[in-house]
Amino acid sequence: MTATIPSARPQERPRNLRAQLRRTERRRKLEAVALVAPLFVFLAVFFLAPIGLMLVRSVDNSELPSVMPDTAAALRQWDGDGLPPEAVFASFARELAAGQRDRSLSGVAKRLTYEIPNMRSVLFATARGLPEAPDGTWRQTLAARNPAWSEPATWAVMRRAAAPVTPYYLLAALDREIDASGSIVPVSADRAIYLDIFARTFWIAAVVTLWCLALGYPLAYKLASLPPRISNLLMILVLLPFWTSILVRTGAWVVLLQREGPINEALQWIGLIGEPIQLVYNRVGVYVAMVHILLPFMVLPLYSVMRGISPAYVRAATSLGATPFTAFRRVYLPQTIPGVGAGCLLVFILGVGYYITPALVGGAGDQMVSYFVAFFTNQTINWGMAAALGSVLLVATLLLYWVYARLVGVDRMRMG
Amino acid sequence: MMGCKTSLLFGALLMASAMGGAQARDLTVTSWGGSYQDAQREVYFQPFMKQTGTKLVEDSWNGGVGALRAKVEGGNADWDVVQVEAEELVLGCEEGLFEELDWAALGGRDKFIPAAVHDCGVGAIVWTTLITYDGAKMKEGPKSWADFWDVQKFPGKRGLRRGPKYTLEFALMADGVEPSQVYQVLGTDAGVDRAFKKLDQIKPHMVWWEAGAQPLQLLASGEVAMTSAYNARVTAANKSDNRDFRIVWPGGVYAVDSWVILRDSPNREAGMDLIAFMSDPARQKDLPPKVPYGVTAKEAAALVDPAVLPIMPTEPGNLEVGLELDTEFWVANVERLTERFNAWIGQ
Repeated sequence: MTATIPSARPQERPRNLRAQLRRTERRRKLEAVALVAPLFVFLAVFFLAPIGLMLVRSVDNSELPSVMPDTAAALRQWDGDGLPPEAVFASFARELAAGQRDRSLSGVAKRLTYEIPNMRSVLFATARGLPEAPDGTWRQTLAARNPAWSEPATWAVMRRAAAPVTPYYLLAALDREIDASGSIVPVSADRAIYLDIFARTFWIAAVVTLWCLALGYPLAYKLASLPPRISNLLMILVLLPFWTSILVRTGAWVVLLQREGPINEALQWIGLIGEPIQLVYNRVGVYVAMVHILLPFMVLPLYSVMRGISPAYVRAATSLGATPFTAFRRVYLPQTIPGVGAGCLLVFILGVGYYITPALVGGAGDQMVSYFVAFFTNQTINWGMAAALGSVLLVATLLLYWVYARLVGVDRMRMG
Repeated sequence: MMGCKTSLLFGALLMASAMGGAQARDLTVTSWGGSYQDAQREVYFQPFMKQTGTKLVEDSWNGGVGALRAKVEGGNADWDVVQVEAEELVLGCEEGLFEELDWAALGGRDKFIPAAVHDCGVGAIVWTTLITYDGAKMKEGPKSWADFWDVQKFPGKRGLRRGPKYTLEFALMADGVEPSQVYQVLGTDAGVDRAFKKLDQIKPHMVWWEAGAQPLQLLASGEVAMTSAYNARVTAANKSDNRDFRIVWPGGVYAVDSWVILRDSPNREAGMDLIAFMSDPARQKDLPPKVPYGVTAKEAAALVDPAVLPIMPTEPGNLEVGLELDTEFWVANVERLTERFNAWIGQ
């Protein structure tokens, strides 16, 4: 009834009012954009661009083409059957000598070594004092200097290294490789490692998440139900460690948990154990330190959700005859699910990427994916491998997030 | 719109601060840290600064030719003079990561023991990696690598450096291979398998360390019953912390560490001066009393305080029961065996 009157109005309005309205609207939009733009630019430059670069790095194969462009082009022309034609040998010999002169061979050597471990020495030994002109053909000359050059397998690897992109790193991150016949096969057992490490990473993060939930839920409940004066005080006890550096907290755990540390001594003193037990440099240490460090990320979302739940619901349920357990299970618990979901997701995703804590309190068998990313980045400088591991971790985490969001519902999560 | 401009300004500032590192800088020397570098500072770095007026900055690292590759190939390396291990010297020189040394300024190649002479580097010390244990806790200590592996007779955790170098040699010696035969065995695939199989036995009892100061901390805190360590670090820990750590010379692996100058260093001249200063026998002789590593200048050996001779790797009796690191072997195999070692340790 009343709705018909305003709907007629806009047509009666003068044109300039409409224009004015549009202008205001546009200004408001611009203001909104201006407020968001700095963050957006920041995210694009410092977050999205590096992730994109990482994804590119994981398939980048430019080492050989950049140092030996002619050889790479010739290898790409070749059908890959047996040994390549003499022209490939000739341009390879020329660019090998040039690379030796301007010291650019190490990049190529590094790339080839990933697939054939002794290629560095083969390459440098061949390059050292290579004659200007071939003795017979270049094929014979190179084969005489090192037998590796008469092996089709060497040239198959050279041909793979000449392509602009390579699946090598991503396959290696999944314990797979391309064999001589060109098909994808699992790597030998003494080199297979990464699938185990991914499984271990997700397992450790899951166990830590469950422990955080088990410890954090009752704590958050208590904090939410106490009068604000006391709960604020207790909250500081949760937040104080949260504000302390992770390195300091992890270091403190090493001191506490070591063989002659206070925990072992206390346990011996009360007679619970006779000999000191191993608490650090193993999985126990990793769990203890990670749960401690990640616990606030569970408590805070839980607490914020629980504070918003009126105690009247549980009281109503008990007054209608529910036992305290039933009232908790059917009335209180469902209302805390958004907090549980958010807390678990935060802890799990942070846990998956942990590096410092397992590196310091874990043994060799407790290192997570990030240890190997750091190893390849800093120690062996194999950025392809580091990027591939990072990419696989990113994709696996996104998949898990997607499954989780389907189960719990993203809109139901409250981060605190 | 203010927000936009300010953020651009901030972005520009960030960029500027990130690129600011490209100007000239002080001469930077990088060594192995801990008590060893403390001694080097006292014997070499500070006197050099005082004598020449050159400002010297220090850094420390844990080795690995990859780290040097990243520094040099990334351009803008922030180290000049670096102490490297034997196979890093050979690999890095081959790849052109180091400047060639001016041997005339060092007094000629004949002034040094043969293992200390290389186009790209000059030997700094002779050092041994060997077994050490706490004499205060263990009256009857281990005598060999076989004892190190024997967790029945000597209960407790073991410490070794994380990586295949030394570890595989130790494993073979523990398996009964004579020191003189170690590299012959390790040169075959069966020999490598044999070493890893021997390592399987001790894997559950291992704590792996990475920096040279760590094994002594592990030993001091009782975390391990015995560990491999660098000989002079053991002596230093005994001296500074009043410990009774004992050294087991038989089966120790000795090697030469060298000084190099990274390629395209802007402080090449000053770096060369520093290396010449550190290669002077009159300077070198002061190092062993602080950290008993062997010296590399021939004349320096005679000048060293006789009291520290028995605890130096270069003492003839110690040399005889040890094993010289085979640099050639590790240059050829370090990548392959590191990959295998990482897979083994992570499984």
